[in-house]
Amino acid sequence: MKPRLVVARRTPPAVTERARTEFDALLSEEKDLDLDGMLAAVGQHRADALFFTSNLKLNAEAIARLPAHVKIAATCSVGFDHIDVPAAKAKGLVVTNTPEVLTDCTADLAFTLILSACRRMHEYDGIMRPGWRRRFAMGEMLGIRASGKRLGILGMGRIGRAVAQRGRGFGMQILYSDVQRLPPELEQGATYFEDFRAMLPQCDILTLHAPGGPRTDGIMNAETFGLLPNGAVFVNAARGALVDEEALIAALTSGHLFAAGLDVFRKEPDFDTRLAALPNVILTPHMGSGTVETRNAMGFRALDNIAAVCAGRPAIDPLWS
Amino acid sequence: MGKPVLLVTRQFPEAVEARAARDYDARLNTKDQLYGPAEIIRLSAGADAILCASTEKLDAATIAALPASVKVIGTFSVGLDHVDLPAAKARGLPVCNTPDVLSVATAEISMGLILAAARRFGEGERMVRAGRWIGWKATELLGAQITGKRLGIFGMGRIGRELAKMARGFSMEIHYRNRTRLDPALEQGAIFHGSDESFLPVCDVLSLNAPGNEATRKWLNAARIALLPKGAVVVNTGRGMVVDDAALIAALRSGHVAFAGLDVFDGEPKLNPAYLGLDNAVLLPHLGSATVETRNAMGFLALDGIDAILAGRNPPNRVV
Repeated sequence: MKPRLVVARRTPPAVTERARTEFDALLSEEKDLDLDGMLAAVGQHRADALFFTSNLKLNAEAIARLPAHVKIAATCSVGFDHIDVPAAKAKGLVVTNTPEVLTDCTADLAFTLILSACRRMHEYDGIMRPGWRRRFAMGEMLGIRASGKRLGILGMGRIGRAVAQRGRGFGMQILYSDVQRLPPELEQGATYFEDFRAMLPQCDILTLHAPGGPRTDGIMNAETFGLLPNGAVFVNAARGALVDEEALIAALTSGHLFAAGLDVFRKEPDFDTRLAALPNVILTPHMGSGTVETRNAMGFRALDNIAAVCAGRPAIDPLWS
Repeated sequence: MGKPVLLVTRQFPEAVEARAARDYDARLNTKDQLYGPAEIIRLSAGADAILCASTEKLDAATIAALPASVKVIGTFSVGLDHVDLPAAKARGLPVCNTPDVLSVATAEISMGLILAAARRFGEGERMVRAGRWIGWKATELLGAQITGKRLGIFGMGRIGRELAKMARGFSMEIHYRNRTRLDPALEQGAIFHGSDESFLPVCDVLSLNAPGNEATRKWLNAARIALLPKGAVVVNTGRGMVVDDAALIAALRSGHVAFAGLDVFDGEPKLNPAYLGLDNAVLLPHLGSATVETRNAMGFLALDGIDAILAGRNPPNRVV
């Protein structure tokens, strides 16, 4: 008999197809399930497994309400801020995520923001859409060259290291700060700063790849933006909560920051629209993992975890072991 | 003796104009008006040198009519399509350009366009800025992955090779089409193709970095586009004339070419208006070299050439 699965979120067609083929699956093809809808579906379907994403908050109360026949909850994301891990652990629920598979595409997106912000690509595209028709003086509308610049990376995990690798192709000097220094084979010549603040004055470009949580909440604020050199470029494709947006808007408005590229915001999707009124910021709608290849890979990875646990094997990506 | 007189035909970056004014009695164009041949001839009366850009057409008649005092022309460009070089040579008038210094900035725009087009930055940006972002969906606005894809570079000169270096950081497999095969030291593992038929079918991403001339006019036409894999990404930062616009627009509409990023256009700034409504194209107004660092370097290099000629030396960027 096939394992019984509830998919609480709309998924790309290839993932939906596989869920349908390999599982006795209750799918969300029309709309995503909210918490009550998910709990009802899991109960009715007597599900062995739950496939969900960060729009469902599995807090202690939600986990307590999950029926005992649910053996595994697989989040289709690398982040797990939306899950109360101690509560899941206490209940004996296996929880998995989808690391690694989104590293490259997220690093690509961060690098696209770096290039777009430095080279003002979204402003240029905005000039083109009404038809261009106007010559620029040789000193007008200039961006800054990204190649050869000092690139500061906060958070040198898989994604941070993938961004560093891309930066090296542009002859950038890589600086990084993290809770621990990396071994030389992963560091690849990057300069480590134990103190994040000491790194900031040396960053022509700063990109964030740190996890969320109380330690990093608002780590970019008026003081830390002030430590960046005048004319720096700032990119965040990690977590909106890392940034005090009031301070960011002030730094963009004063020109202390040349430009910013943002894929994540404190509130999503109803982000602070004052950002949208600024010309020197490029905004994308949290699309770090937004390629067909990666979204399929994430979905498949979540299904792989579910299949393993339902077959009595260990999970591939357990949040704890 | 006073400073030599320099006619500056366009508005150039601040640092470049400051240097021109320091070293020369500089006739600046503070309103950035476009000068025709008659104005150039009139304004260069008594000038020792001219610093121009590719917007000034220096044809044979104009060069012949320049006052005898003009001893050198420095152009703020790599391209020399706007200068009649045989006429300059016949007159014994040295011309200096600005090679090399814009390769990196232009390659950066190529890589930026590859990424921005494939990751649907134009659409995403417009959606967020207009307040039309209503939530994350696993299936919405999905782009194409770039890491690990095959990149085909048409024209493996300095800019193409800089682009290859950048793309290797994204683990791309580099293929190229060029008149001649490069030396292995320059090739760096890139795969040479001797025919369009072998080259185009491997281009998940095609970047045009070739010069514009009769051999490359409308090179990317319907027949060649059909040889690309379905869903390919096309980027052009070389010359607009290399693309058959009608054919590319048709392919973007059908989805055979999934995404395009274009910095140059045939007949620019009057580009084919059908591009303007295409959501799967990122469009830039020919700003491949538009960084402060690069534009300053271009201006300084052109001025270096002028300085050298007036001092009786022979600069490396002298083309005539």
